[in-house]
Amino acid sequence: MADAPSGNADNNTAEAFLQGGSLRHAPGPYFGNYGGRWMPESLIAALDELEETFNKAKDDPEFRAQIADLNKNYSGRPSLLTEAKRFSQHAGGVRVFLKREDLNHTGSHKINNVLGQALLAKRMGKTRIIAETGAGQHGVASATAAALMGLECVVYMGAEDCRRQALNVARMELLGAKVIPVTSGSQTLKDAINDALRDWVANVSTTHYLLGTAAGAHPFPAMVRYFHEVIGEEARAQILEQEGRLPDAVCACIGGGSNAIGIFHGFLDDPSVKIYGFEAGGEGVETGRHAATITLGKPGVLHGARSYLMQDDDGQTIESHSISAGLDYPGVGPEHSYLADIGRVSYEPITDGEAMEAFRLLCRTEGIIPAIESSHALAGAIKVGQRLAAEDPASAADKIVIVNLSGRGDKDVATAAEWFDLLDKNSAESEIGKEGEQL
Amino acid sequence: MNSAETTSKSAAAIDRARSQGRSALIGYLPAGYPSVEETIAAGIALAENGADLIEIGIPYSDPVMDGQVIQAATTEALAKGFHVRQVFDVVAGITSKTDAAVLVMTYWNPVVRMGVDEFSRRLAEAGGAGLITPDLIPDEAAQWMEASDKYGLDRVFLVAPSSTAERMQRTVDASRGFVYAVSIMGVTGARTSVSTAAKDVVAAAHNAGAERVCVGLGVSTADQVREIAAYAEGVIVGTALVAALRDGGVDAVGALTKDLSTGLTRESGLAQEAGA
Repeated sequence: MADAPSGNADNNTAEAFLQGGSLRHAPGPYFGNYGGRWMPESLIAALDELEETFNKAKDDPEFRAQIADLNKNYSGRPSLLTEAKRFSQHAGGVRVFLKREDLNHTGSHKINNVLGQALLAKRMGKTRIIAETGAGQHGVASATAAALMGLECVVYMGAEDCRRQALNVARMELLGAKVIPVTSGSQTLKDAINDALRDWVANVSTTHYLLGTAAGAHPFPAMVRYFHEVIGEEARAQILEQEGRLPDAVCACIGGGSNAIGIFHGFLDDPSVKIYGFEAGGEGVETGRHAATITLGKPGVLHGARSYLMQDDDGQTIESHSISAGLDYPGVGPEHSYLADIGRVSYEPITDGEAMEAFRLLCRTEGIIPAIESSHALAGAIKVGQRLAAEDPASAADKIVIVNLSGRGDKDVATAAEWFDLLDKNSAESEIGKEGEQL
Repeated sequence: MNSAETTSKSAAAIDRARSQGRSALIGYLPAGYPSVEETIAAGIALAENGADLIEIGIPYSDPVMDGQVIQAATTEALAKGFHVRQVFDVVAGITSKTDAAVLVMTYWNPVVRMGVDEFSRRLAEAGGAGLITPDLIPDEAAQWMEASDKYGLDRVFLVAPSSTAERMQRTVDASRGFVYAVSIMGVTGARTSVSTAAKDVVAAAHNAGAERVCVGLGVSTADQVREIAAYAEGVIVGTALVAALRDGGVDAVGALTKDLSTGLTRESGLAQEAGA
């Protein structure tokens, strides 16, 4: 991989940054060599309008009060920071704390971003929001925000995903959204984004594109991060209050990277805190069937930003693979690419098998069913904990690792039941499980 | 526009049409659809039946500015194993047989992957006129500005009904050859009428100093060509030609081009407008 250093490269740069300045609140459009606006001219005016509206809102006490009120009284924030004592025994005996984004309304961190962007849509006088979704989590969150704020909502979803996630399609429709199956290209999440962009070009005067992750053209990466920064701010304050000190490590899973950038942001300027992003290694990075964008991708431009990208020698996007639909994306947010290059964050792949073992472990040791996405972070935390313990066995019990538990796993029960062969061969659920249905 | 314009192949082709009292016709075809050989044959048919410039699209996995007809064609080309380097064979195959200026229309990542300088060098070697870049705005085009100057290639950026006066100026200043005016807020595909926005975009581009403005998106009939030829230096047709190639092969492309070219004469366009 000649031109793809993965999170190991220039530690001097990171140290210089931490000594001389701050990595927090990077405003975009560029994060080092990444980010920008690789978009059709037709959409630039809308991006400018969004950027201006966002910048004004950020500094407007009324907007901030609206967000704070929704976070507290609608989403149920702050989310808990729960020590996972029995799970910790499997992570080298270090102390593992879970940031409980799974307890938010709609069951994941996604709600933070959709409420913020839906408020911005209303400020811009737009009456319609569109969104892309893979498994349906962001689609459900978008439909929720649209229902709450009286906006029309259209969700683009790969035709194959619609079939596999029939219940999430029903969920979105119950919330009043219209779901459009995407039949172009590879019929996956990236094609859903393509069709959402085509819709946006044609309807931009009435429509806001509510992008679901910290990727895309400026101002999306910086703006989506802003709405998720609350995760890291809460986690930092909670661990200081509960334990009187910062953690030794913070772990999160990375698809586009929105939950990760949210929790990382709280700790970027704390040099003693090691930060880890865990990508979907799918069936193993050596098989080619994975979504380990930073680990194996090369810089390129897709969906509006320059970032690491899974692509072939012609620059065609390669289809990604992961058991977790939420991580199954061949791109990654540009700020992560930058944090990888300067060595501030380490990015590593976790296979489907490793993630599913961690999934089962958390169920059995803590009584918490995690999203399969978040299970990648849990599997990573096990490795990090074991490494910390190996470095200094005597002090393992004093080490603290925070994992962002970005979502709950109710949606993944059928996938897990199939994976662990828990279903009666003749049951209806078994048939559904074979189709990858996530209940 | 840029001073190197005197060497612009696109500008020369448009000026040649202008000297004949008409607007220029620009026809789009995707490379490798249905095969590299047939793209070359269809490109030659375009030139022989009245197209002044030819736009060869590079099939790409994520064509966000394209509608269903062009998506279907480029997806098929990719499925048949099209490689980006073959676009140079297509360009060379057409330029060696015709006088038409041949531009390549490409989303930006394939160029990034090959290297902007390398791509530009090979395009110039193949006799190409330049690039049309639907997802590259001048703000991000520093490498392309440098390479296009180095190899004498035209850089055709897009302007849209949503472009502000400031962005219009910036884009016109950065362009060479011509400016591509998007007629409508939308993606490629035939439409029954041309948006009235097109005329305003062209006027805004002219006001910003553009000498050659060509209108594309949604143009599929000779009547639409006539309407646009009344106020723009060139008319771009894509989807209708791709559909013709799909349904009737190279001969159908030639026949449609001949029909479209009947709408190019400025006098008839102006007369029609006066009579309307």
